[in-house]
Amino acid sequence: MDPLRRSPSPCLSSRPSSPSTPPCEMLGPVGIEAVLDQLKIKAMKMGFEFNIMVVGQSGLGKSTMVNTLFKVWKSNPPGLGVPPPQTLQLHSVTHVIEEKGVKLKLTVTDTPGFGDQINNDNCWDPILGYINEQYEQYLQEELLITRQRHIPDTRVHCCVYFVPPTGHCLRPLDIEFLQRLCQTVNVVPVIARADSLTMEEREAFRRRIQQNLRTHCINVYPQMCFDEDINDRILNSKLRDRIPFAVVGADQEHLVNGKCVLGRKTNWGIIEVENMAHCEFPLLRDLLIRSHLQDLKDITHNVHYENYRVIRLNESHLLPRGPGWVNLAPASPGQLTTPRPFKVCRGAHDDSDDEF
Amino acid sequence: MATKTTCMSSQGSDDEQRKRENIRSLTMSGHVGFESLPDQLVNRSIQQGFCFNILCVGETGIGKSTLIDTLFNTNFEDYESSHFCPNVKLKAQTYELQESNVRLKLTIVNTVGFGDQINKEESYQPIVDYIDAQFEAYLQEELKIKRSLFTYHDSRIHVCLYFISPTGHSLKTLDLLTMKNLDSKVNIIPVIAKADTVSKTELQEFKIKLMSELVSNGVQIYQFPTDDDTIAKDNAAMNGLLPFAVVGSMDEVKVGNKVVKARQYPWGVVQVENENHCDFVKLREMLICTNMEDLREQTHARHYELYRRCKLEEMGFTDVGPENKPVSLQETYEAKRHEFHGERQRKEEEMKQMFVQRVKEKEAILKETERELQAKFEHLKRLHQEERMKLEEKRKLLEEEIIAFSKKKATSEIFHSQSFLATGSNLRKDKDRKKEPGCGFELLCVDVRTCENSGGRKDAEKGREGHSARGRP
Repeated sequence: MDPLRRSPSPCLSSRPSSPSTPPCEMLGPVGIEAVLDQLKIKAMKMGFEFNIMVVGQSGLGKSTMVNTLFKVWKSNPPGLGVPPPQTLQLHSVTHVIEEKGVKLKLTVTDTPGFGDQINNDNCWDPILGYINEQYEQYLQEELLITRQRHIPDTRVHCCVYFVPPTGHCLRPLDIEFLQRLCQTVNVVPVIARADSLTMEEREAFRRRIQQNLRTHCINVYPQMCFDEDINDRILNSKLRDRIPFAVVGADQEHLVNGKCVLGRKTNWGIIEVENMAHCEFPLLRDLLIRSHLQDLKDITHNVHYENYRVIRLNESHLLPRGPGWVNLAPASPGQLTTPRPFKVCRGAHDDSDDEF
Repeated sequence: MATKTTCMSSQGSDDEQRKRENIRSLTMSGHVGFESLPDQLVNRSIQQGFCFNILCVGETGIGKSTLIDTLFNTNFEDYESSHFCPNVKLKAQTYELQESNVRLKLTIVNTVGFGDQINKEESYQPIVDYIDAQFEAYLQEELKIKRSLFTYHDSRIHVCLYFISPTGHSLKTLDLLTMKNLDSKVNIIPVIAKADTVSKTELQEFKIKLMSELVSNGVQIYQFPTDDDTIAKDNAAMNGLLPFAVVGSMDEVKVGNKVVKARQYPWGVVQVENENHCDFVKLREMLICTNMEDLREQTHARHYELYRRCKLEEMGFTDVGPENKPVSLQETYEAKRHEFHGERQRKEEEMKQMFVQRVKEKEAILKETERELQAKFEHLKRLHQEERMKLEEKRKLLEEEIIAFSKKKATSEIFHSQSFLATGSNLRKDKDRKKEPGCGFELLCVDVRTCENSGGRKDAEKGREGHSARGRP
């Protein structure tokens, strides 16, 4: 995938609305282009932030996947010999990685214990609570009188959901979770441990999952309603055709044809992680890092965060609901974990006026 | 119940802070590919387009429009402003420029009539008000419940070019006053306009004098940033050359074998883009090529935040409550909103009552007038009736008189005819009767006897009498 591909900005009209302005012809070079370099310098100085959450049952290879994505090896392999936790926990780990002068502060939130219990009712509540808590923190920072120059961004930009490779279709737990989460955060579903499926089985599984998603109106990333123009739509349609990606994770290197590649060694061959013929890991990596990272952050900031803010500022259980009422008491986590199902849309609510 | 454990928190971007908070720096063992992140950011900015707003403050005729034209190499507007404005007005115009793939929405705000009034005390106030109004608009948008900041046309002023007259002596009082009022609201870059009227040596002294005056009066002009290594050296050098002495011109003059923008005088040609002649190139570089982004960031992060803080504190919001406990903005806002609503309701009630009262009063007045009119009408009616009755009486009287008179006439006729028959001379009586004034009726006497005797004569008499009876009204 072309790394310099234009990343779409998540808004209906990205151009700022203003009274009609006449275009002017410049008679010679002025130097306005240099502002792009200025932007780059500023961005490199400030560094980037990216928060990713991986959700799935234990044993699906989440931690391995994260390692493979960012090529950082943790000293002890996760999950081995450790019994699955009794309740759902959320682990956040932050690393700062640098590549060619670009600093990236990466936060990975793991969810061991998801879907592992016998009774999995409401196992998505802690996850939604965590996501909303990050939005809340950002909102509180934004509302301060004296606020920081750069508000630290801990909001979850992308949630990778691991679907177990049953080969049949999405399970009820998957559907419930995806339905709830797609309204709050960008979700990228992937077929985990895809090396247990043959190519045909993969294709069939993928089609069935896509059908399930359509039937239940689950809007995964890249969302069709946020496509900017025709180019984006074409590009994103190609992606949407391949979602969910069938991925394999590996953190060991093996020698194949004289080259050192990441892969899983089995008795019947070596599965190369970065080989498109074997699995679709490169697609996932390109989507998350090389081409759509900025877009993920933009959609989180401009859409999901704004939706949360609207709900939060309108919620009030003590006073009669009216235009622009603000909650008196700070929200308890339980209140906001199950948002009312509504379509993720940009500002097209039918509430009344929004005067301060 | 779920417990959440966070291995490390991630706030702050300093290295030390990071070490303190135990965020690990890891090295990767292969190429991941996020070096394209700045490019992704740049691509998104290209799509969105850029916005830049310049405010030009300076006296009329000092060359503001020409300089802007020269800076952006276009002809923006044609007409000159008048010198006879009663007060200072600000005129904003927006243009769309495009260079390769960068779209720039440029807004130029000009002060019209600055320095033209006889009493200049209020000259700077409209400028300050305008800048505050743009901040206010942005603040309102930011505080809305349903907001759309990414489509909002940012109209906040990013830089103020202050044009100083090339007197060669020092700053005018008006300049000092205006700059002092603007320095905490906008990035000021002072320029010496029409610098071709100042000689080189004078220019050096003038610049030093100006800068020392600004410093001694505590005016904070914009300093080009020196924290980034790539541009620090250039920026520091430029900081020492402030204020820039500029010449603006869109006329082209042939110099040697090139055609350049210049001003032609009998004693020589002042080339705009020649660094020996003026600082125009430096201004363009600093303003556009090197520091446009920094100007925008300073406006947003420093000036706008200051405005926002002051405005919110003015309205009574604080971050820390009376017992040093953090007070949520929402709670204060909510309390204020309650108060405001209560007051508003009270006012509404008051107004309603006032309105009702007024209506009542008006009604009372109207009823009064109605009653008066009614009384008048009745009075007139009565009069009218009385008149009628009187007239009726008169008529009756007259009729009775007529009847009485006709009776009289009838009886006197009978009497007369009897007496006529007795005496036989009616001519005399006729004459007598004719001499009587005021009697409208003539007795019609027919002399039977004379009729028989003298036929023709009688007829004539009869005719005469009958005629006279009818003739007299």
